[in-house]
Amino acid sequence: MQTGVSTGSAQRIGVPREIFPGEKRVATVPEVVEKLIKLGFKVAVESGAGDLANFSDETYRAAGAEIIEGAAALWAASDIVFKVRGPTADEVALIHEGQTLISFIWPAQNPELMQQLTARKATVLAIDALPRMLSRAQKMDALTSQAGVAGYRAVIEAANAFGRFFNGQITAAGKVPPAKVFIAGAGVAGLAAIGTAAGLGAIVRANDTRAEVSDQVTSLGGEFVKVDYEEEGGGGGGYAKVMSEGFQQAQREMYAKQAREVDIIITTALIPGKPAPKLITAEMVKSMKPGSVIVDMAAEQGGNCELTEPGQAVVKHGVTIVGYTDLVSRLSKQSSTLYATNLFRLTEELCKTKDGIVNVNMEDDAIRGLTVTKEGSITWPPPAPKLPAAPAAAAPKAATAPAAKKAQGHGAASEPMAGNKLAIMFGVAAVLFWLIGANAPKEFLSHFTVFVLACFVGYMVVWNVKPALHTPLMSVTNAISSIIAIGALVQISPIAGAVDRPDDLIRWVAGAGIVLTAINMFGGFAVTQRMLAMFRK
Amino acid sequence: MSASLATVSYIGATILFILSLGGLSNQETSLRGNLYGMIGMTLAVLATVFGPQVSAAGLPWIIGAMLIGASIGLYAARTVQMTQMPELVALMHSMVGLAAMLVGFATYIDPEAVKGFTGAAKSIHEMEIYIGILIGAVTFSGSIIAFGKLSGRIGGNPLLLPGRHWLNLVGLLVVIYFGREFLHAETLSAGMTPLIVMTVIALLFGIHMVMAIGGADMPVVVSMLNSYSGWAAAATGFMLSNDLLIVTGALVGSSGAILSYIMCKAMARSFISVIAGGFGTTSAAPKPAGGAAQPAGEVIPVNATETAELLREAKSVVIVPGYGMAVAQAQHTVFEITKHLRGKGVNVRFGIHPVAGRMPGHMNVLLAEAKVPYDIVFEMDELNDDFPKTDVVMVIGANDIVNPGAQDDPSSPIAGMPVLEVWKAKTSIVMKRSMASGYAGVDNPLFYKENNRMLFGDAKKMLDEVLTALRA
Repeated sequence: MQTGVSTGSAQRIGVPREIFPGEKRVATVPEVVEKLIKLGFKVAVESGAGDLANFSDETYRAAGAEIIEGAAALWAASDIVFKVRGPTADEVALIHEGQTLISFIWPAQNPELMQQLTARKATVLAIDALPRMLSRAQKMDALTSQAGVAGYRAVIEAANAFGRFFNGQITAAGKVPPAKVFIAGAGVAGLAAIGTAAGLGAIVRANDTRAEVSDQVTSLGGEFVKVDYEEEGGGGGGYAKVMSEGFQQAQREMYAKQAREVDIIITTALIPGKPAPKLITAEMVKSMKPGSVIVDMAAEQGGNCELTEPGQAVVKHGVTIVGYTDLVSRLSKQSSTLYATNLFRLTEELCKTKDGIVNVNMEDDAIRGLTVTKEGSITWPPPAPKLPAAPAAAAPKAATAPAAKKAQGHGAASEPMAGNKLAIMFGVAAVLFWLIGANAPKEFLSHFTVFVLACFVGYMVVWNVKPALHTPLMSVTNAISSIIAIGALVQISPIAGAVDRPDDLIRWVAGAGIVLTAINMFGGFAVTQRMLAMFRK
Repeated sequence: MSASLATVSYIGATILFILSLGGLSNQETSLRGNLYGMIGMTLAVLATVFGPQVSAAGLPWIIGAMLIGASIGLYAARTVQMTQMPELVALMHSMVGLAAMLVGFATYIDPEAVKGFTGAAKSIHEMEIYIGILIGAVTFSGSIIAFGKLSGRIGGNPLLLPGRHWLNLVGLLVVIYFGREFLHAETLSAGMTPLIVMTVIALLFGIHMVMAIGGADMPVVVSMLNSYSGWAAAATGFMLSNDLLIVTGALVGSSGAILSYIMCKAMARSFISVIAGGFGTTSAAPKPAGGAAQPAGEVIPVNATETAELLREAKSVVIVPGYGMAVAQAQHTVFEITKHLRGKGVNVRFGIHPVAGRMPGHMNVLLAEAKVPYDIVFEMDELNDDFPKTDVVMVIGANDIVNPGAQDDPSSPIAGMPVLEVWKAKTSIVMKRSMASGYAGVDNPLFYKENNRMLFGDAKKMLDEVLTALRA
């Protein structure tokens, strides 16, 4: 299923300059250009496309891309277009029939754009429509990679606006307490922020309506703050859902408490297709210490804080409220590189044959989910993939229940069992001892005493041996067990020989025994010596 | 030398043997422990040779036999590769077993030995011979098969005869029946037939027992045979009324038994089920039915350069070696990588699972051979809590011992086995030749985890490439 003008020969991937105001990212970087060329594609980049992300035309050219002057020429020459932001009306006009476009589209929020794209009879892959729960899709997940960058940048912005150190220090000039950071929402951006803030030395707390992320928070060095209310907040697809009134009440109380205590709040709460939930009220802002900072990462969707002004940093009630909507662009080199890699991974999936021709295979779950229009017909939303909801809800339950049960079962079942076993063992031992005592002659009993005591000595001594020395232990016990040589030695030529003793036969048999045990004796000790000499600090 | 002097020497030798085992409790005193063992053995042999039971006429024989044995033994000890230690140990066990058999037969045909025994004492003496030969024969044939399996001369898969438990039971009954015959035999030649029949059955039993055990259970088998060789020595001691043999045999026997117990615990399996053999065979049937256990996800392969990249950026690295490292002889390269990383300030440690490799402590010996300092080599329990703080875990040629299924999946054949929790680290890299499952025949969900990377290829070759990339 080939698209594009140059059917049969290698297709050209075009990367135009982003024209959205404030957008500094670019959809591919020189490093990835090389990889795309290895896949068989030709790559064209619009002149100046990478300037704002610190990639000059030169570096693209060095990587093997051709540089095309002007957007119109680039769009016309490309079979596939890589973009970051969804196309503007002007750009839509440049799309030609059969062209493939890969970029952020947000089909649910942009029905008009979808209509226009359909009218252009293009195939459009919306990178934001990726089925994220498909583990195979994670390498293409641009939402995640970009959110991670945003989370990092949010902490940097907060540190910039905050008048103190993040880490606690004890200096000659006195003690500096560590900054306390509260992060609302532990999605990808939230987790990146937790890791970054903890890395800078702050005390980090975080909350999320999805209780299952608490482990992830802890693993990054944060502390998970629970809302004192029982409700499961997973909304499928890795996002949270709108919570009940009772929960929201409890959540507000928790936020109010955190606002009084912490120096920095970073909010990341988003619900797909809805305005961002208002978590931080004006009251809470007032209750914060002067000089505190709020970074509202949901500013573009209206903000999690009532006082946020999207796109700006403002000071209200002594608190700096950062509402930048271009956090990702503020780290454009990093975010471009990650985005370019995501698109490269997608291209790999589209071009499994590595011949420079994409194949939009609608049988593939991941690609089916991404494709929002195909050759003039809307293919969005895709038929409900059952995957996101089911494992998210069922897996944690299934995992915890058997574990708990097992732990109980072990304790309850095995202990009496051990008791029974012990009783049986003692019983058997008692019977055996009685049998021996009743039947055996004195001579045997004295040997038997020695034997039993030696078993216990062996047990006590060997129990202390380090596992690291188990192999030398075995070889030394092996050498020692060649003590059996004594048995052969006493047979070889007894001092008072009996009359009818088959001396020669015994001598040969015993001699063979001595050879065997001597091999063991000398070999065993020597190899143990060799091994032990190797252990060193 | 008088009889009393010989006895006192035996007591001295006994004490030295106990001190020898005690000395192995840690690395600092271990060499001294080995020395005690050698002194004890010399003392015991000299006391016997110059004692009341050996005449001067036997000296040339003894010296000749000793010289032959010593030269073979010392040659083997010099030339053996550390990776072949399990084979060597198994082979040595077989010699103890064979020697015990020979001594048993020699005692039986020696009229000197039965002189003065009457009634119950005579029966007990004959029973001792019978049991001594039985244990010796099982040890001998079992060790030979273990040697064959460990050195690759015999396939590692368990051989499962139909109704094998019944076969063993029938064998046991026959042995008991002939034991009765043997005790009631009037003459030497009448007793010989049951003795030989029993020996053949015991040999077959030893073969059958070890043939039915899978490769991953080898650590248990090797330590179990170690234990048997001790019991064989103890039985010989009873036979000859020699306390030194009894004590030494009991020491070795209980030491082997403890090792077997530790190994079994490390695999969460009962001793009986290991001996009964066939790892995974009982649980093979329900496995396909429990389709939910099939790990979902994608395997992410990496190459040596990317591995080097990950290692270079890590602050804390844990290396988990397995049998694959031994097979590929990769321990020296592993140490070179370790040295390089430690030189760069990376905290490199080793995590050893109790049953990694083919005998207890196998990995420790290999790492020691490669000059890895033992204070960075840790036990499973010492490291498991540290994995969340570890950046990169390199799993070299190990599989089942890092299988998260042992903890998460109650239907897994290895459920409940303690494992190294490598998946808790930030990234894990598994080096393997292919996607094949381990000895337990269980698929490993670790490979499909998103923080896991697979480095396919021969461990030695891949590690060499990683080292080159690290140095570049």
